[in-house]
Formats: sequence, C-alpha cells, structure tokens
Amino acid sequence: MFNSHTLLRSFVLSALSAVLFWGTGVAQDHAHEAHEAHDHHAEHADHDDHHGHEEEAFNAGAFIVGHIADAHDIHLWGHTHIPLPVILFTDNGLDVVMSSSFVAEGDGHGHADRFYHSEKTGVHYTMHASEKQHGDHTILAGSITAEGMDVLDLSITKSVFGMLLIMVLMVWLFGSIARGYKKRGNVAPKGMANALEPLILFIRDEVAKPAIGHHADKYLPFLLTVFFFTFFANLLGLIPFIGGFNITGTIGITIVMATLVFLITNLTGNKHYWGHVLWMPGVPAFVKAIILTPIEVIGLFLKPTVLMIRLTANITAGHIIILAFTSLIFIFGQNGEAVGAGLGIGVFSTAFMIFMYLLELLVAFLQAFVFTLLAALYFGDAKQEAHH
Amino acid sequence: MGALLSPALGTVIWASIAFITVLLLMRRMAWGPILKALSEREESIAAALNEAEKARQEMATLSDENERLLKEARVERDGILKEARETATQLIAEARAKAREEAERDLANAREAIAVERKAAVAELKAAVAGLSIDIAERVLRQQLERNEAQQQLVNKLIDESPLN
Repeated sequence: MFNSHTLLRSFVLSALSAVLFWGTGVAQDHAHEAHEAHDHHAEHADHDDHHGHEEEAFNAGAFIVGHIADAHDIHLWGHTHIPLPVILFTDNGLDVVMSSSFVAEGDGHGHADRFYHSEKTGVHYTMHASEKQHGDHTILAGSITAEGMDVLDLSITKSVFGMLLIMVLMVWLFGSIARGYKKRGNVAPKGMANALEPLILFIRDEVAKPAIGHHADKYLPFLLTVFFFTFFANLLGLIPFIGGFNITGTIGITIVMATLVFLITNLTGNKHYWGHVLWMPGVPAFVKAIILTPIEVIGLFLKPTVLMIRLTANITAGHIIILAFTSLIFIFGQNGEAVGAGLGIGVFSTAFMIFMYLLELLVAFLQAFVFTLLAALYFGDAKQEAHH
Repeated sequence: MGALLSPALGTVIWASIAFITVLLLMRRMAWGPILKALSEREESIAAALNEAEKARQEMATLSDENERLLKEARVERDGILKEARETATQLIAEARAKAREEAERDLANAREAIAVERKAAVAELKAAVAGLSIDIAERVLRQQLERNEAQQQLVNKLIDESPLN
C-alpha cells in the first residue's frame, strides 16, 4: 500500500510538471513558486534541525503549504482551532478520537510531533509534524503512524469535512428546489430555484447537449453533481476566516472525481469508441500497433489524470498566490523590524489580494465549468455513433 | 509539498463514499424532478407559443377570408350596378325606338287616311263639278237652242270641227 503510494506520488509530480507547461499562466507561475518555496523550506528545516535557534523567523513556504494542505483541524485564527474526528484503523481495532487529543510532549510550542495513546486498543499513535508553522501554533497536518503496525487513517480531515458540508448543502438545496418544482408545477421559478436554474440549464444546454447529443440525459445527473460540487467547494475555499478550505485543491478528492469520469466513460463506451481506441479504422496496421493504439490507451488514463491535476493545481495556485501576498506583509514587517515597511507592503498586498480574490471568483466558476465540459466531451466520445 | 500531491487513502475512501452516495441520492431526489420539471415547463411554453402562432395564423386566414368576401361583394355590387345601368339605357333606347316607330306608323296612317280622304273629296268634288257643269251646260244649251238658227249654226260648227272631212 505504501509502496504504491510513493509510486503514485512521483507519477502525479511528473504529471503535474508536464501539465503546468501548457496549463494556465497563473497555475504555472505560482505552483512553481510554491515548489521553490517548499524546496527552500526543506533546506531551511534541515538547517533548523542542526542549529535549532531560528524558530521565530517567519517561513513563508511553510505558512503557505500549511494552509493549503489538508489538516486534522480547522484553524480559524490565532490559537482558535476546531478539532476534527480522527478515525484510525489498526490490527488492534478502531480508534475514534478528536484531533485535540493528540498532544505534543514538552512545551507544545513550535513544530513537534504530537502523540496519542489509546487506552482501548493500546496503540501509540504519532502525528508527524510535516510542516513548520509560523509563531507557536501548529496546524495538525501530518500523517499518522502507529508503533509497530500499519494504520488506515479514515479521519474526517478538513477537506473531507468541507466536502461533506458541501454535499449536505447540495442535497438540502437541490432537494428543496426539486420539492418546490413538484409543488408549484409549471410556473416561473422563485427564490433559490430562480438563482440556480440558469446554471442547471447552462450545464444541460451549453455543456451536456452539445458535447454528448441525445444521450445527454443519462449523464446529466453526474455532470450537474460534479459541476455544483466543484463550484461550491471552490467558493467555500474563498471564504476567509473559516479555515481556508482547499477541497478541490485536495488531490484525494479530485482523484475520485477523475476516477468516476474514467469509469463512466469507459463503462458506457460503445463499439465505435472502443474501435477507435483499440484499432483505429483507416490506418495501416503497423502504425496502429506501434503508435496509435498505445497512445490511445495511455490517453484513456491521461485524460482523467489531466482533469484531476488541472482542477487541483488551479485551485491550489489561487490559494498559494493569495497566501503569498499575505506572507509578504509578515516578511517585510518582521525581517526589517519596521512596522512602516510592513504597512507599506500591506497596502500593496491588500490591493493585489482584492484583485486576486476577484480573479479567484472567476476561476472558481471557470474550473468547475472546464472540469464538467471536459467530462462531458469524454462521455460524448464514448457515445459517438459512426458517421463516416 | 508531498502532502499536497499524494492522495491520502482515507480522503479517497471518504470522497468515494460521499460522492457516489450524493450522486445517487441527487439523481433520484433532485436532478430527476428538477430536470423533469424544467423540460415539462419548456414543453408547455413551446406548446403555448405554438398555439398562439396557430391562432395568429387562423386570425390572418379569417381576415383574408373577410377581405376576399368583401372584395367579392364589391365586385358583385359593381356588376349589378353596371348591369342595371346597361338595362336602363337599353330600356330607354328601346322605348325611344318604339315610340319613334309608333309615331311614324301613326303618321303614315294619318297620311294614308288623309290621302284617301282627299281622293274621296276630289272624287266627290269632281262628281259635283261634273253634275254642276252638266246642269249649267244643260241650262245654257236650253237657252241657246231655243232658236233654230242657233241650232243649225251649232250643228254646222260641230260638223266643221269633226274630222270627217
């Protein structure tokens, strides 16, 4: 399990850099920035381990990564955290505790690992401090291991919590809209239905129908669910002071959406689709065997992978750039030990952040739309009838 | 950064369960009814528009029909008027011709009657003149021939005048 993990990670990393070359400019610049920041941070961390006296210095890379990475709690502000359930499964059985039960040994400051000893199963758990934080409050972000055994970590993390929140919201919202339609019959929509109906019609008439044709109705529930989930999750990530949700920037969630796209495409693919994938008609046999078929088969997997990475990278990049401008204020304020410099750069940063927020509002819609549109196009390919 | 790029197994499991559950739930509870309501409304709007268009066309046909009827009536009226005018002209002409003919006939009759009357009058006058002449002659002759010599003289004269010699 953990071997395949490493493999997957390196695959995703290389895929990410491949995609970033032709991805959006923003994504490219800022994911890169984050990468460099991280490398820098890693060196820094080693340095700290040797000397251990620079803990007070603000580390922008750690600050940013700590905020966009998934976590075991929701960090509101300062020392205020909302703990989340940690669900751990080992050979000794199930442990369910709140993340606040994990405590650091010593003074609890800085970036130490946190520990929890379960009375029930007798397992010693360690939550590894993966990233150093600024100041003395730590986001509980690290992976959890147990002494002498494998752990299946089924925790409700920040992203999982956010995802469940969005899903409850969606079921409630669209359920009530559906009841409204049933109750009111064929009249003009009102309230929430009026607000969301254009989006539903947009997905149906501008995305699903042109891409898929007369099979569109079958795929619409999936496309609508994906679109609204992505859109709402993107928007939730833009609300400040609620912990900075990065749901659609969490690869564990986008990978599920991409896998569903992959499964639906290939399980509903017709003869024509598989004919084109496996043995393209009208092309010499040796060309097919050597070039086309391998490319098409790789393409089967590549398409949803690209979907996943595009969404994750775009949303994460948006968060990174906003956090980066926030970091500028701290950097200038602390390193120069001049409040004036921090203030000056703060004005500039804030202006730019407002601009970025507006851009991110657009990106929130755009990425949901792009994901849905591409999924619809793949479904359309799978359902295309022979016409030549 | 590693935490950002490697999918956590727990997250994947939760996301799969949640996503599939919500997808199935929403398909049944939300998207189905919503999409059905939307397409029903669209159909009813399309049907209403269709009907309006049909009614409009019917109205147009109706007004066309009215116009046609009106035009026909107008043509008919014109025809009738024209015909009446023609008939009247004809009648007048006929009456005129008839009157002329009658007048002429009367005139001819009168002429004829006048001629007959005149003939009769002339004949009567002739008879009267002849009678009167004979009478006068008789009287004249009686008076003259009361004497012999005169009778002789006349006979001689008549013999002289006769072509016997």
